[in-house]
Amino acid sequence: MSDWPILSIVTFLPLVGAALLLLINGEEATVARNSRWVALWTSGFTFLVSLMLWVNFDATTADFQFVEQADWMPGLNISYHMGVDGISVLFVLLATFLTPICILSAWEAIQKRVKEYMIAFLVLETMMVGMFSALDGLLFYLFFEGVLIPMFIIIGVWGGQRRVYAAFKLFLYTLLGSVLMLVALLAMYFEAGTTDIPTLMEYGFDYNMQLWLWLAFFASFAVKVPMWPVHTWLPDAHVEAPTAGSVILAGVLLKMGGYGFLRFSLPMMPLASETFAPLVFTLSIVAIIYTSLVALAQQDMKKLIAYSSVAHMGIVTIGAFTFNQHGIEGSIFQMLSHGVVSGALFLCVGVVYDRIHTREIDAYGGLVHRMPGYALIFMFFTMASVGLPGTGGFIGEILTLLGAFEANTWVAFFAATGLILGAAYALYLYRRIVFGALTKENLKTILDMSPREWIIFAPLVIIVLWMGVYPVSFLDIMHVSVENLVNQVETAQAAAANAAQLAAN
Amino acid sequence: MLNLGAALPEMFMAVSALALLMLGVFAGKDKSFRMVSWLAVAAQVVAIVLVVMGDGGSAFFGQFSADPFAKFCKVLILIGSATGIIMTMNFAERENMARFEFPILISLATLGMMAMVSANDMLSLYLGLELQSLALYVVAAIRRDTVRSTESGLKYFILGSIASGILLYGMSMVYGFTGTTNFTVLGDTLVGGELPLGALVGLAFIFAGLCFKVSAVPFHMWTPDVYEGAPTPVTSFFAVAPKIAGLALFIRVAVGPFGGAVEDWQQIIVLISILSMAVGSFAALRQENIKRLMAYSSIGHVGFALVGLAAGTQDGVTGVLVYLGIYLVMNLGTFAVILCMRRNDRMNEEITDLAGLAKTKPLMAAITAIFMFSMAGIPPLAGFFGKFYVFKAAVDAGLVTLAVIGLVTSVVSAYYYLRIIKVMYFDEPVEGFDRNGTEMNVIMAVATIIILAFVFFPNPLMDSAAVAAASLFGM
Repeated sequence: MSDWPILSIVTFLPLVGAALLLLINGEEATVARNSRWVALWTSGFTFLVSLMLWVNFDATTADFQFVEQADWMPGLNISYHMGVDGISVLFVLLATFLTPICILSAWEAIQKRVKEYMIAFLVLETMMVGMFSALDGLLFYLFFEGVLIPMFIIIGVWGGQRRVYAAFKLFLYTLLGSVLMLVALLAMYFEAGTTDIPTLMEYGFDYNMQLWLWLAFFASFAVKVPMWPVHTWLPDAHVEAPTAGSVILAGVLLKMGGYGFLRFSLPMMPLASETFAPLVFTLSIVAIIYTSLVALAQQDMKKLIAYSSVAHMGIVTIGAFTFNQHGIEGSIFQMLSHGVVSGALFLCVGVVYDRIHTREIDAYGGLVHRMPGYALIFMFFTMASVGLPGTGGFIGEILTLLGAFEANTWVAFFAATGLILGAAYALYLYRRIVFGALTKENLKTILDMSPREWIIFAPLVIIVLWMGVYPVSFLDIMHVSVENLVNQVETAQAAAANAAQLAAN
Repeated sequence: MLNLGAALPEMFMAVSALALLMLGVFAGKDKSFRMVSWLAVAAQVVAIVLVVMGDGGSAFFGQFSADPFAKFCKVLILIGSATGIIMTMNFAERENMARFEFPILISLATLGMMAMVSANDMLSLYLGLELQSLALYVVAAIRRDTVRSTESGLKYFILGSIASGILLYGMSMVYGFTGTTNFTVLGDTLVGGELPLGALVGLAFIFAGLCFKVSAVPFHMWTPDVYEGAPTPVTSFFAVAPKIAGLALFIRVAVGPFGGAVEDWQQIIVLISILSMAVGSFAALRQENIKRLMAYSSIGHVGFALVGLAAGTQDGVTGVLVYLGIYLVMNLGTFAVILCMRRNDRMNEEITDLAGLAKTKPLMAAITAIFMFSMAGIPPLAGFFGKFYVFKAAVDAGLVTLAVIGLVTSVVSAYYYLRIIKVMYFDEPVEGFDRNGTEMNVIMAVATIIILAFVFFPNPLMDSAAVAAASLFGM
């Protein structure tokens, strides 16, 4: 099957689905129904095709696989270059896995302009998959920025009360960060004569240039992750986005920043990464502790989960900059598990929001009496978010902390402290919503989850358990690639240290 | 050598314009509007063919040069003006300005622009520029029964004349200090050596005059008023063809005769470019009238295009040409949308009039959104690539600060483009617009397809721009 351009198929199949949706016309109810099915089939089929990537993936090599290269702008030496390695292949799967779930979750929640909604989601999927599999800087940038267009529309059209504000904030914040990355890409292109990512990884920029490049890329990725103090767009975007928008935002879009660090900052600017690692650690620790405290004080369920995302992504950035096997693997694993778990938590919020139409925590209480099934699912994902052993969250956190301990004990100490706060706000949220007496009038007739909702949650539960109980099936895939990355960084740093020593002598 | 063949498209345009004038006069004043318009469009299409087929070379004893650079710009200009005439027809008949002089004036202006971009001498440059300007002054005031149109024509005329005067003064300075007006000779004279102070002053004056013509800050004051006051199809023409011609002329003067003195003029262009981008971005934020908004947007776009010129390299010129090609498509599409903002047979020009377009006309709203995202430079749409090329050239030339400032202002400008999308998609609908004309639908569709497809097929435009730029640098 290797002669099929699987990556391109996975990337552009959703776009084909979106084009098909454009052709649907007729009565509103029919259009809505057909659009839902077309979108579901397209994204489901895309997921199945993307499984081929997993099945055929060769975990024994750090090379890029499923590589496709074609002329794009030969005059500029820029090509259409796609491929995945152990770091990116799982993110591709994450994106293709979450999209059908998002579409399914919007089945009843979205009633107006269904066709446009589905088109936006399929376009978004193309952008996400393309971003994770692009092996050319310009191509990467194209997908990285292109995400903003559907996201802006999704939040702005189907969002809540302050949707316009949130959509603008998301767009302009991210755009400002990204244009700096564009300048850095152009500078790299000027220096190395290409935007080909594998070539750039080998290139070895000089130290001063690395510093500037690193800062420019950091501006973009830090906003996307998001890191404190540029995280403020995230709570707004999450609160106003429709449920499925939040899921994809937390599940995949935040990972673009973390992935960017691993794909660009570390291998291409290893020396600058070393220089700036303390900065990243500091910001991440502030993020973990500060946003956890902020989360404790939230009255809005989605806002609380949004802040918890910032805290969890703090763990991710710490892991990425430990420069050791455990830390980086933990960081990737944490991104994957957070992608599934926080997505599931937003879906949990969506379940009750669809019934009561409020996200105020105070409006709930005692749901366990009417919705035992929901209470179970919600508890499961709360625990996964806290990092209970047996769930994916635990593996990610323990690996990262292990790596952080090897790199710097104080970082590990503060990060671990932050996790206790994480448990506090998550359990506090759960108690306020699910436990207590059922006193509110409108909650007395609330119904438990429908079969459709069970179907949405089932795969998520399975994945989270799988990741927690048998993480090796995921770690194996990334292991060799991460090892290669660590070697690359260490070699560069050692070479620079040698050179410095020679100069000193 | 006289070599008339090189100037065949220009001669064809001149003759056809005069023939159409005769036709209009003898066929009867008001009945002939549509026929003359279509014939003018046909003449421009023929001119495009002649330009593309022509084997180039120089004519009129070195005063005129039909190199690939001129060809490239002429094709863009002709596309812009032919589309401009098509977009005017229905509007003119509705709004009671259906005079057959209109397409003829546009043709003459186009002829002037073609002469401009082919100019290889200060005098032929001035000749083309004035032919263009005079025709445009009249076009701006073509609705002489409305105050706004007359005002805008008069304003344009007075300020334009001053700019021409400054330009002419600069030329005379350059002539005084170098003893020639021919670009080739000038280039040979000035190569390597220091620019004489007098010639430098002259160059500054020439740049000032050209800045006025392309409405670059600080000579942009007239633009919003003229854009707002002129009839909308005229505005759409103003925003495209003369801008392209002006920028092409700018490039030719800067890198041709003064190409050896890049260090001397680079800082001027950098400053003008930064100012234009900043004014274009910040001043547009609070505009309510969509034509004024487009005026500021075009000022900003000129700033972005000048980033490529500031680099002063062949790559930079390629970047500007690609930018102009994409700018042409985006602007024609956007103005087609603006011309469709008609409710109960009356034109609307406020941004709020677009409210809820996504519900009343979903397809048109989607198309407009694509134009706006493209104007804001969001990938994967064509507008991004325009910016990409000019900023790439700037970074290559070591102008990193300029690139950073430019890209940051482009984020600011994204705000007002997004605002239009917000009004269309997020706001509650007002009464729907009237049916679009077929020609508008076609223009919008073609523009959309080009903007969407550019990412897949960037090479035709890029390659021809590269060839055009190479010809300027004598390769």
